Amino acid sequence: MAEPSTTLSPAPPAEAPAGRRAGIGDALRALELDTRMVGMIGALAIVWIGFDILTGGAFLTPRNLWNLSVQTASVGVMATGMVLVIVTRNIDLSVGSILGFTGMVVGVLQARLLPEIWGFDNPLTWVVAVLAAVAVGGAVGAVQGAIIAYLGVSSFIVTLGGLLVWRGAAWWVTTGQTVAPMDGLFKRLGGGFEGAIGAGPSWMVGIAAVLLSVAAILVTRRRRAGFGFPVRPLWAEGVVILLVAAAIVGAVLVVNSYPLPVPVVRRMMEAQGLSTDGGLPFVAHGFAIPVLIAVAVGVAMTFLSRRTRFGRYVFAIGGNPEAAELSGINTRRVMVMVFGLMGALCGLSACIATARLNAATNANGTLDELYVIAAAIIGGTSMAGGVGTILGAMLGAMVMQSLQSGMVLLGVDAPMQNIVVGLVLVAAVYVDTLYRRGLK
Amino acid sequence: MSALATAIPQPATAPLVEMRDVSIAFGGIKAVDGVSIDLYPGEVVGLLGHNGAGKSTLIKILSGAYAADHGEIRVNGETVHIASPRDAKRCGIETIYQTLALADNVDAAANIFLGREKLTAWGTLDDHAMEAEARKVMGRLNPHFRRFKEPVKALSGGQRQSVAIARAIHFDARVLIMDEPTAALGPAETRQVGELVKQLKQEGIGIFLISHDIHDVFDLADRIHVMKNGKLVGTARVADVSKDEVLGMIILGKCPPGAVPGPGAAA
Repeated sequence: MAEPSTTLSPAPPAEAPAGRRAGIGDALRALELDTRMVGMIGALAIVWIGFDILTGGAFLTPRNLWNLSVQTASVGVMATGMVLVIVTRNIDLSVGSILGFTGMVVGVLQARLLPEIWGFDNPLTWVVAVLAAVAVGGAVGAVQGAIIAYLGVSSFIVTLGGLLVWRGAAWWVTTGQTVAPMDGLFKRLGGGFEGAIGAGPSWMVGIAAVLLSVAAILVTRRRRAGFGFPVRPLWAEGVVILLVAAAIVGAVLVVNSYPLPVPVVRRMMEAQGLSTDGGLPFVAHGFAIPVLIAVAVGVAMTFLSRRTRFGRYVFAIGGNPEAAELSGINTRRVMVMVFGLMGALCGLSACIATARLNAATNANGTLDELYVIAAAIIGGTSMAGGVGTILGAMLGAMVMQSLQSGMVLLGVDAPMQNIVVGLVLVAAVYVDTLYRRGLK
Repeated sequence: MSALATAIPQPATAPLVEMRDVSIAFGGIKAVDGVSIDLYPGEVVGLLGHNGAGKSTLIKILSGAYAADHGEIRVNGETVHIASPRDAKRCGIETIYQTLALADNVDAAANIFLGREKLTAWGTLDDHAMEAEARKVMGRLNPHFRRFKEPVKALSGGQRQSVAIARAIHFDARVLIMDEPTAALGPAETRQVGELVKQLKQEGIGIFLISHDIHDVFDLADRIHVMKNGKLVGTARVADVSKDEVLGMIILGKCPPGAVPGPGAAA
């Protein structure tokens, strides 16, 4: 190819010689980090360190971080679905109500219906309950999606109706009675000391996660190099791998330094016939099951949105619905699937929330729609559609939960907490607008 | 003009595309009313007319965006049923829309393969293979293009146009519909599109060129169809009519002696 005398397309910055200014800027560019995501993590770090100073070191403790992660799980799971909904230029206001409704359904199923069939504490009960929650939630979402896609009613209206309908339906399941307690195994989905996997398994999960991440990074690099595409310099690849590994190992170290309460350890030892006369050993919580569920959902949803046709179509519809249609994409079917997926995730969150509460109440999940939408927005999902990441939304959920949890530690009143979270939401979107404007 | 002589098809060959007596109405208004047009392999046919003359609507029927109320479409002599853009593409009919119809938030390769993604053995998107092919086809259209990692929103008008053209020609199109392909382009880029049209024509692809710019059409087209108020005014070889006569067809619906009058010709 001849050297062009006039170029229609300017050379990309990476290929332009930077001359004397080569240095930290170039090094950062070689890492190809998502600056937006780095900003989010930076904001989270500031929130965490700020609260730690204000509370005199009570925030950045293994105990608080562990609880924070468990409290984030339910909203975090739903936020991943909300990203896809908002990316397609829609909204789902009904997620809290769907959570309430499916929560009641699983509550009645495991505490009343299934025990009639096979008695209490059957090992299958929790499996059936979770599958039922996901199926019911998915069906509810798909029905709403079908009304939006095929009957042409706006998603705002359909899901606003859903907000009322499913909250009412949640009451109707038991005419308002709370169902408790939950199945013993099901309860572990909500966290607590029974819902933590312990130190050894946590290490295994952590090591497996590190190996998988490294493999994914290297396979991608090999493929790109195979096609002759530019790849990161080796040192940059190494730094990225180190950062990922450090984050995972750090998380394991934190959850493994949060001990189980003394009475629990004593009971466990007595159950095994060990003497409890001497000093009790240190037994760690390890990762909480709801957190592992949320992380697994995050990974699966990231895969779905980035590596599958469905995900590609979701983003294309968000970028230009007409173009997607003209490309031969069945946009209506994709919309039904997006809302169905959102509903299924609400069902999963309903399991986490119901298990954590150890009770199914018809008020469960009230106002969750607002937290879920806020998490997605704070995480960089654009209301204009076409833009958003799963990881961002989960970090957004984490930021909001951190603010609330930090303010609880500081003794801030509940109304004041709402005011702060509301202001942060607006400020976050404003900062994001500035950032995007800066890009152009 | 020896190239022209070979490019204009012999009457013996079957038309690549034939639309016969096609009509469509929106809310009682006949946007296209009994129009018949045809296109031969290696031929460029200009479709002319004012705004609202019905040319874009007619072409959207061929590309599958609208379904005709009445009429017949034949591809290579066989009657086909085109109910969606997917059907049209299956018949080898590709369209470059005036709006370009690009998803602005994804990159060039994702746009080129939108709706026809390459998949790995696992059923996941094969972005690397798509990028490799995108680099190849873009290299042919716009050799200096390097911005494969950026969303097309960030590209210039000419680059975006290249992406839209790449999407149309990458899948072995037999018929190419270009709706105002140069409306958003500067002179250099317009020339580039002109070169491309000539190149595609030599490959035996039939091209419908929709344009306001009568000079463009005279430069590139072999024949023209003129529409007015949803009806066909007439058809002519570019060599047989003058620009003024064609303007008369567009504005007054008056058919000159060099043209074959259609149902919409003024008496």
